Amino acid sequence: MQTLSLTGGFRDAPKDAAFAFRAVMNAMAKPGEINSVTGAEPPVGLSTAAGVVLLTLCDPETPLYLAPGFDRPELRDWITFHTGAPFAPATAAEFALGAWDDLPRGNFPLGTAAYPDRSATLIVEVDELRAGGAALSGPGIKDSAELSLPERAAFQQNAALFPRGLDFIFTCGDRLAALPRSTKVS
Amino acid sequence: MYVAVKGGERAIDNAHAWLAEERRGDAKVPELTVAQIREQMTLAVNRVMAEGSLYDPDLAALAIKQARGDLIEAVFLIRAYRTTLPRFGASRPMDTGSMACDRRVSATFKDAPGGQVLGPTFDYTHRLLDFKLAADGEVPPAPEAPEGEPPAETPHIMEFLDREGLMQRDTDSKTPPRDLTREPLELPATRDLRLQALTRGDEGFVLGMAYSTQRGYARNHAFVAELRIGKVAVEMDIPELGFAIEIGEVELTECETVNQFAGSKTEPPQFTRGYGLVFGMSERKAISMALVDRALRWEELGEDNLGAPAQDAEFVLYHADNIQATGFLEHIKLPHYVDFQSELELIRKLRREATAAAQDAPREAAE
Amino acid sequence: MNPAMTQSDQDRHEDRGMNDYNFAYLDEQTKRMIRRAILKGLAIPGYQVPFASREMPMPYGWGTGGVQVSAAVLTPEDTFKVIDQGADDTTNAVSIRRFFQKTAGVAVTEATAEASVIQTRHRIPEAALSEDQVLVYQVPIPEPLRFLEPSEVETRKMHELEEYGLMHVKLYEDIAQHGAIATAYAYPVKVEGRYVMDPSPIPKFDNPKLEMAAIQLFGAGREQRIYALPPYTQVVSLDFEDHPFEASKADHPCGLCGAEDSYLDELIVDDAGGRLFMCSDTDYCAARQTAGHRGADAAPVVEGMA
Repeated sequence: MQTLSLTGGFRDAPKDAAFAFRAVMNAMAKPGEINSVTGAEPPVGLSTAAGVVLLTLCDPETPLYLAPGFDRPELRDWITFHTGAPFAPATAAEFALGAWDDLPRGNFPLGTAAYPDRSATLIVEVDELRAGGAALSGPGIKDSAELSLPERAAFQQNAALFPRGLDFIFTCGDRLAALPRSTKVS
Repeated sequence: MYVAVKGGERAIDNAHAWLAEERRGDAKVPELTVAQIREQMTLAVNRVMAEGSLYDPDLAALAIKQARGDLIEAVFLIRAYRTTLPRFGASRPMDTGSMACDRRVSATFKDAPGGQVLGPTFDYTHRLLDFKLAADGEVPPAPEAPEGEPPAETPHIMEFLDREGLMQRDTDSKTPPRDLTREPLELPATRDLRLQALTRGDEGFVLGMAYSTQRGYARNHAFVAELRIGKVAVEMDIPELGFAIEIGEVELTECETVNQFAGSKTEPPQFTRGYGLVFGMSERKAISMALVDRALRWEELGEDNLGAPAQDAEFVLYHADNIQATGFLEHIKLPHYVDFQSELELIRKLRREATAAAQDAPREAAE
Repeated sequence: MNPAMTQSDQDRHEDRGMNDYNFAYLDEQTKRMIRRAILKGLAIPGYQVPFASREMPMPYGWGTGGVQVSAAVLTPEDTFKVIDQGADDTTNAVSIRRFFQKTAGVAVTEATAEASVIQTRHRIPEAALSEDQVLVYQVPIPEPLRFLEPSEVETRKMHELEEYGLMHVKLYEDIAQHGAIATAYAYPVKVEGRYVMDPSPIPKFDNPKLEMAAIQLFGAGREQRIYALPPYTQVVSLDFEDHPFEASKADHPCGLCGAEDSYLDELIVDDAGGRLFMCSDTDYCAARQTAGHRGADAAPVVEGMA
C-alpha cells in the first residue's frame, strides 16, 4: 500500500464528518443547492467533494462500486484505508462512484416496493456544477430551481419509478449538489 | 395572578441527590460491595448479564447496586454501556459439548454417559425460610470429589437420538448469524434472530409464553432432553496469528427439549428440538426459551398456525424486550398535557354539537 | 467518581466520565448508519426508513429516536433548543438538553429564532422556522396505521400498495358516529400524494405548519424508524370534501401575552376549578411579553424584575 493512501482522511473525524454530513444533508434536502465541503485530500483523480462524501457515508457496511476510470489501485487503497468499504459489483452496491457516462445505471439496486430505501446512491463526478440548466421542482424546492445535469432523460425516468429509484450526489472540486429521486426534472 | 414556574433543572438535581441517599440507605448499616453482590446474589447477576447481553459479572453486580436491586433498571445500565463498547470481532461458535458440567440432568433418560449431576440446585430444597441465614454464619464446605478423578465425558444426549436418525435435522444455512443489536428487526425473522431475542428477552415474559404452550396454546409436549450448566471456553480466530486462541471462559446454561413431530408426506415421524442458551446459571430462562423457540418453529416444520400467542413471532419478538417495554410503559409518566388538551377541546366540541342536535330534534318533531 | 463503586471496584474498570465519550455520544459507525437513513428518508418523503436504533442512556419511549437523529446531525457550531409540550423547562427537555451540552458541547438556547437545531416532543414552535433550521421530532409510534392494524407485516404491505382504505374507513366511521373526525393529535397526513405519515403526537392545530421552510426529521428509537420531510414538501391532512380538516384550538386568547393564534395549555388555578389559558410555546409567549403584549391574566409589570 502506498503511503499516499494513509493521508488525506479527516483529521478530526467526529467533527469533520459532522460538518460534511450537514452539507450533504442540505444538498439532498434542497435539490439545486450547491455546497462546499472540506476535510479530505484524496489521491489525484478524485475530487475533494467526492472524497468527503465517501469518508462521511461509507464504511465496512456499505458495498461500493467503482466505475471504470475510478477503479485504480491508489484510489482503492485510499478508500480501503479510510473507510473499509468493501468493493462490489453494481448489482450489489449501496454506493457507486464514477463519471456519469461510465456508471452502469441500469444495474444498480433500485429498492423494492416494500423497502424503497434499499437503493444505491450514486456519487457522480462532473466537470461543471452550476445553478443553471435543467429545471427542478418537487420536495425541497420552494418554487423552482436549476442545476447543471449531465442529461434530463435518465433523471425523468428515475423519478417515474418513485418511491423506488436511485439518489444522486454530484461532485466537482470541493463542491457538491444532490438530486433525490423525488425531484421532477424538465 | 399566575406566574409561570421555572425550576426543572433544580428539580432534577435535587431528585438525583435524594436518590443517591436512598440508594445508600441507613448509613449505620454496612455498604454493599460489588463483590458481595457478585458472590452472594449470583442468580441476579446472571439475569442481568443474560438480558443485558453482556458477560461481565462485576459490571452486572455494579449495575444491580446502582439500580438499588431493580433488575430491569440494572439491565438498562448494562445495555447502555454495551452500546459504547468497541467490537473487535466474533468468537467461534462455542462447543457446549465440551462443557465442564457443574449440573447436567435429563428427563428423557434415566442415565447417560456423564451421569445425572444435580449440581447446586434449589430443586429439592424444601421452600422453608431459613432464619439461620439472617444471622451471619460460616457455611461448612461441601463434600468434594476425590483428587485425581478425571472429569466425566459428557456428550450431548441429543447426539444419541441423532445417531438413530430420530431427530429432525436442522440444515446448516452456511451464512453467519445476524446481529439483532446491529440491524432493525425485520419480519419474518430467521431463527438466529429469534433465538437472540429470546435469550435477551424478559425472563417473566418468556416464562409466561412458555407456560402458555404447556397449557394448550400450541401445545407441543416438550421433554427436557438435557439441561447442562457449566463453563465453556470462548475462542477467537486471530488473523495476525493464523490460529485461534482462548480468550476466556463463560458460564452457560443450555437446554435442549425434544418434541414429537407428526411427519409429512415426505418425512416419517421424527423428534424435533427446542433450544435455549443463556449466560450464567439461568435455568428457568433456558427452559422457557427452548419451549418458545419450538413454538415459533411451527411454520418451518410444516405445522398449523393454531393462533396461539407463542406462535406469533411478531407478538413474541416485539414484546419480549423488557427495556423497550418498560421504556414505553413508563413514558406515559411524561407530560402529555398538550395532547390531552386537544382531546379535551375535541370532546367538548363534540358534546356541544351532540347537545345542540338533541335540542333541535324534539323541536323538529313538534313542527 | 461513581459513588456506587468502591475503590477496588474502580481499580477494575476505568472511570469513564462524559469526556471519554465521542462527540455527541454515538460512535462514528452508528452516526454513519443513521446519516444514511436520514438521506434516504429525505429522498422518499414520509416513508419510514428502518434503522438499527441503539440503546441510549435514556429509556426507549423517552426520545431516543430524536436523540439519535440529533446526535447524527449536530455540528460543534450549532445552537440547540429542546422543547417538550412546547416548553424548554419540562424535565425531559432539560435532561436531553443537558445530555447534548455534556456530550457535544453545543451552545444551547431557549429562543426559537436563535436555534439552528430544535428537538421537539409533541409540538411545532409557533414562530415560523427558516431554511437554516432543522426540526427533529421525537416519535413514539411512527406507523399511522398501527392502532388500526397491529401487525407490521400488514402495515408495510399497505404502504407498499398505497392501500390506505383502513384509515379512510376509520375517519368515515368517526363522522358517522360523532359528526366529525375524532382525532385530535397525531393526525395523519398524506405526503406528496404518496405516503400516509404520522406527524408524531402534535395537536392537529400544528398540522398546517408541517409545510415549512426548515428540514424536518422524525426519529422513533424503540420502533427503529426514521422519516423526513424536506422543506416545502406537500403535506395534506386527511379529510373528506364535506368534512374538511380544521386546525382547531381552544377559543381563548393567551392569558399572559394575549396571543390569539397560538396553541394553549389549560391550567387549573384554584380549588373552584378556575381556568387560565396560556401559550404552550413558552418562548413564543415570553418573547411577546417582552415586546409589551400583555394578556388579561398577566402579572403586573414590576420595574427591575427579570
